[in-house]
Amino acid sequence: MAAAAKAGEATLRHAFGNVLSFFILLLIGVLAFSIRLFSVIKYESVIHEFDPYFNYRVTQFLTKNGIYDFWNWFDDRTWYPLGRVIGGTVYPGLTLTAGTIWWLLNSLNIPLSVETVCVFTAPIFSAFASWATYLLTKEVKGAGAGLTAAALLAMVPSYISRSVAGSYDNEAVAIFALIITFYLYIKTLNTGSLFYATLNAIAYFYMVCSWGGYTFIINLIPMHVLLCIVTGRYSSRLYIAYAPLVVLGTLLAALVPVVGFNAVMTSEHFASFLVFIILHVVALVYYIKGILSPKMFKVAVTLVVSVGLVVCCAVIAILVALVASSPTKGWSGRSLSLLDPTYASKYIPIIASVSEHQPPTWPSYFMDINVLAFLVPAGIIACFLPLSDASSFVVLYIVTSVYFSGVMVRLMLVFAPAACIMSGIALSQAFDVFTRSIKFQLLRILGFSEADAGDGSSANVVPENDAVKVDKSEETIKERPSRKNKKKEKEQMEKAQAEKTSAKSKTEKRLLVLPMELSVIGLLLLVFMGAFYVVHCVWAAAEAYSAPSIVLTSYTHEGLHVFDDFREAYAWLRHNTEVDDKVASWWDYGYQTTAMANRTVIVDNNTWNNTHIATVGTAMSSPEKAAWEIFNSLDVKYVLVVFGGLVGYPSDDINKFLWMVRIGGGVFPHIKEPDYLRDGQYRIDSQATPTMLNCLMYKLSYYRFVETDGKGFDRVRRTEIGKKYFKLTHFEEVFTTHHWMVRIYKLKPSKNRIRGKMKKSKSRTSTPSSKRSGSRKKNPWQ
Amino acid sequence: MGVRRKMALRFDLIIFTILLFASPVLSDLILSKVDRRIDLTSQIVRITSTLKVENEGSEPVSEVLLAFPDLQVKDLALLKASPHEGKGKVKSLSASLPVENVKPNGMPAALTFYAVKLPKALGKGDSYTFDVLAVFAHALRPFPEKITQADIQLVVFQESAFYLTPYVVKVQSLSVKLPESRIESYTKLENTKIHGSEIKYGPYENLPSFSYSPIVVHFESNQPFAVAQEVVREIEISHWGNVQVTEHYKLVHGGAQNKGEFSRLDYQARPTIRGASAFKYLIAKMPPRVHSVYYRDEIGNISTSNLWGDSKKTELLIEPRYPLFGGWRTAFTIGYGLPLKDFLFELEGNRFLNITFGSPMNELVIDNLIVKVVLPEGSGDISVSAPFPVNQWEETKLSHLDLTGRPVVVLQKTNVVPEHNQFFQVYYKFSKLSMLREPFMLIFGFFSLFVAGIVYMHVDMSISKSSAAYLARLQWDEVQAAIQQVENVINRCLTTHDKLEASLRDLSRTGDVQACKAARKAADGLLKELSKELKLVLSFLQSSSAASQILPKVEELVAKEKDLQEKVMAKHSTVVDCYEKKTGIRDSENRVAAQQQKITALRQEVENLLELIDEI
Repeated sequence: MAAAAKAGEATLRHAFGNVLSFFILLLIGVLAFSIRLFSVIKYESVIHEFDPYFNYRVTQFLTKNGIYDFWNWFDDRTWYPLGRVIGGTVYPGLTLTAGTIWWLLNSLNIPLSVETVCVFTAPIFSAFASWATYLLTKEVKGAGAGLTAAALLAMVPSYISRSVAGSYDNEAVAIFALIITFYLYIKTLNTGSLFYATLNAIAYFYMVCSWGGYTFIINLIPMHVLLCIVTGRYSSRLYIAYAPLVVLGTLLAALVPVVGFNAVMTSEHFASFLVFIILHVVALVYYIKGILSPKMFKVAVTLVVSVGLVVCCAVIAILVALVASSPTKGWSGRSLSLLDPTYASKYIPIIASVSEHQPPTWPSYFMDINVLAFLVPAGIIACFLPLSDASSFVVLYIVTSVYFSGVMVRLMLVFAPAACIMSGIALSQAFDVFTRSIKFQLLRILGFSEADAGDGSSANVVPENDAVKVDKSEETIKERPSRKNKKKEKEQMEKAQAEKTSAKSKTEKRLLVLPMELSVIGLLLLVFMGAFYVVHCVWAAAEAYSAPSIVLTSYTHEGLHVFDDFREAYAWLRHNTEVDDKVASWWDYGYQTTAMANRTVIVDNNTWNNTHIATVGTAMSSPEKAAWEIFNSLDVKYVLVVFGGLVGYPSDDINKFLWMVRIGGGVFPHIKEPDYLRDGQYRIDSQATPTMLNCLMYKLSYYRFVETDGKGFDRVRRTEIGKKYFKLTHFEEVFTTHHWMVRIYKLKPSKNRIRGKMKKSKSRTSTPSSKRSGSRKKNPWQ
Repeated sequence: MGVRRKMALRFDLIIFTILLFASPVLSDLILSKVDRRIDLTSQIVRITSTLKVENEGSEPVSEVLLAFPDLQVKDLALLKASPHEGKGKVKSLSASLPVENVKPNGMPAALTFYAVKLPKALGKGDSYTFDVLAVFAHALRPFPEKITQADIQLVVFQESAFYLTPYVVKVQSLSVKLPESRIESYTKLENTKIHGSEIKYGPYENLPSFSYSPIVVHFESNQPFAVAQEVVREIEISHWGNVQVTEHYKLVHGGAQNKGEFSRLDYQARPTIRGASAFKYLIAKMPPRVHSVYYRDEIGNISTSNLWGDSKKTELLIEPRYPLFGGWRTAFTIGYGLPLKDFLFELEGNRFLNITFGSPMNELVIDNLIVKVVLPEGSGDISVSAPFPVNQWEETKLSHLDLTGRPVVVLQKTNVVPEHNQFFQVYYKFSKLSMLREPFMLIFGFFSLFVAGIVYMHVDMSISKSSAAYLARLQWDEVQAAIQQVENVINRCLTTHDKLEASLRDLSRTGDVQACKAARKAADGLLKELSKELKLVLSFLQSSSAASQILPKVEELVAKEKDLQEKVMAKHSTVVDCYEKKTGIRDSENRVAAQQQKITALRQEVENLLELIDEI
């Protein structure tokens, strides 16, 4: 009877625990969603930054024209005159996801705009990602660790920075896809179920659809498989977890147009095939080992190894020769810069010029993962007690992702989930130890007081508490009032017992019982640390990462001041220029111009054609006349520059100008970086070089700037500008925004060219003919 | 100058044609006094004429004809006649006189006629005075048509100094009110006076019918020439208490085109001089108690707006993203919610919406206005009453959780001026029950979802009852039950051990050896029974193939427990022995301590195993 009651209680507790963790998970999802809404509340429901605008535009196209037109979309509004095949060069996962959500909602007659769906895709998927983290960590270390890790991931600043509402970028769904793929891999590894293996391949397919970072998965999982084989952990479960993933996954990945045959051709995928072969060899060996006697087996091994080595050497030699014959060794530029951090800055300025491709600084670790950085080592240790297939995988995951995050700031995003999982494990284990100790000690004290009060009361209390635990406490009751000497003895005995348990704790963690005070303090410290983490995350979400970057705000003594200049300029372009006009700007603003102004651009943030970008860079760094010729040959009607000198907006074109020079000079050698530097220093004041002061970017930025305050004081560079009064001969100002942050110039029609030339020749002493020939040479299109 | 001369020439031609055909004079009405005031202070031209009609003939006349040249008619936005009520102009709707377009015989072709129905027929010698308000939308032409940022905007207005009418006019006068006193040029006739920003022509006396004398006024006007090429107003009624109005504007500056550079510097430094023709903002007058106002365009919120209001009205000031110079365009959307009870009324089982037709913007000309009234799903018997003729058709719109769609009444009108901002009514029938349709749908949806969940959890979904997987699962369930049993037994064993320990403690306190022995005996019996039970379960587990994975652990657990049991017994007997033999208690304690250590360790192991098995 009592046993039945106890069993019922246990199932009830079990059920209660399930319901509790379900609700905790639900709340974690709500937290993950709502912490990302700061941008909507503080600013507005708007797409952020640069790339999200492109994704938004693609999604608009998808929802308007359908999936088939999307696959075949040739976009003629960008990379003029080349155009871009969008369907074949874009990772479609995000777009298809948002498009599906929109379609689903609309077919339910819930008329949400495409923009709204796009804005909220990232927060929704971060809730999914935290649930996936729960599943993954649960597979590794149990439900408690899972819940902790999910809660940590829900608000880790690194992830928030990429998934606030409006940050409609690939990473928003890719992190979810990454974690769910890892979860399904671990799940397959733990269960050996082919069902999960298939799901795993599908999750991998979704990841391939979503983000170029899928190569991380297809390298990490083989590494883990190799690790398992090397450490003698081969099992049929490992085979089931890996082989279907490679076969199905590769087939599915090849379906994505942007990947296509890269899934079998590029070096990023070779590791997986190599391990696939090794796995089969190992499986064969195990099979043969099973059917042969040990002696025969030894003979067979020596035979096979000697033959196999020769074959292997030959194959590897062929492979190496094949790979080495290609200039980049079969690796894409971004992957190479991962393996060799100095690669990009040496060879590809266009990759190096993006701030998120730079290596991070130490403060950025603290900013992005905060206290997790300290918890990670503890988590790694916890993973080794005991080491299982699953925990070895997370250890491998964190080690590799730490390296990658050290190379590129952007990959901090891959590191964050690993850090959360590790910290979740560490925190959960620590809490486990502390609370168990407290419970143990508390019951001891309780039991002591009960004994004092009398036996009757203890009998009453027993059924209330967990029977086993109370009995345990009874066993350690101290009997101070009855016999003092006995009590001393008992204490000694207990001490010995405690020592023994602490000694034993290395192997049997459950025996670890800490003193009451220590565990309470430890618990408090942990809670404090958690609170600090939460406060930091909320701060980061609210202050640091919620700015949409197209709207800037500043607090002055008069209150909030809004700088909405970018949209002002884009709106002006959209409504007051011809539909087919081409707008030239530095590539950063390409996506925004096509999406917001709906005008054709020359280059955009998809930096696929270095020469084209270099042409624009060259035009910007050339004198007015040469620049006009370049732009005119590209059929450009308007030139857009971003200028922060009036209000002190630091990331403007003048600050990016050296990259334009570098990228331009990389293709057109007549642009030389030293020409723009005075003694190696980049300056725009009176010490600046004449080349600098005469280049188009300088002129367009500072045209009539001196008249604002009489001196031409640039608030970003904190100097007076070098050349104050000048006229534009080939360009005319057609629009400048309220805070001068965006200035749009129109190319004057060519008939004005002669007049402009004459003026120029008059003002300068050089003869027009030599001038003409000089500028001719500088035009890369002739 | 050349252009103006050409215009004047064209008007002369018109007059010739008019005079050629204008031989027959209608009826015997004469206009004894005509007083015209032309208001040119904004881009909308308003001509208010006070006409005093006298019947000199013998037959009673009930209609008065108004004539407009066709050139003007295409800009005519509104024509309204109302009885004259002294100096204080009171425009009450009820008092307005009906006006309709007519085509009387024998009239010149270049003219369009409107007939005003007088409240009662005029007998011989009777006279009647009434006002005619004519509003023109695009009557002001910018001249020159293209200006630079620094130029002021000059516009040209053409009219006749004499009132164009098929009747003889006895006395007439005309005053033209201009926005500013700066006048480039104006046509000088006899009796022309100028007072500041007002030009007066007349009085002129005894002019024959169809007299025409063109005047041209060329003057500075920096008023905002805000022209909305298209406005779509969507009024959505929710019977839950809200009328949501969404207005999409496509705005253009209809004045002189801006040519050449736009310099922000000049505009910011001297906005009144270098940007005089631009307009920066619009003011919308909205009803009181308006809420949730937003102002945005397709790329997001526009932050430059301001809202203030009191109990009588709400005013919204909106600035477009950039100042609009001549020819510049922009597009935006404003939306606001209104309390339902202010606009929706019930009348004999019918409901009707009573709301203004035009846009709330001040001095805005709308070329094409489309008003859509979205009624709630399930409304029927829809009819519209508008104070002026509009095009009308019906659509349906699918919105939040609709099944059949909401009926939409679409009203369309061209050339809309602020005077059109009158109330119109949409009558419809709607049953209150339809309101509950969507909540019920949601409730039902979630209910069926949960029911499906419950059914799924409780129904055995396996296809084959004899498949290996199904059998394995059944077996596994049995094994689990058995393991549960094992755990129970072990737990009971552990409690027995604890009881033994307790008896030992009692012994040390009371020294009652017999009681302790009795407890021992009872425990022995119990443990024996338990071990029997355990054996049964174990044998089942050993026979079951599904338990092979977990069996070693269980066996280990049982072995450990047995060990523990032995140790506890040994300890018990040693302690009891000590008490019986009365040997040194101190000595016994030493001996027991060693045993106690082993017992605790074993017990810990047993508990660990229990938890481990629990997890599996």
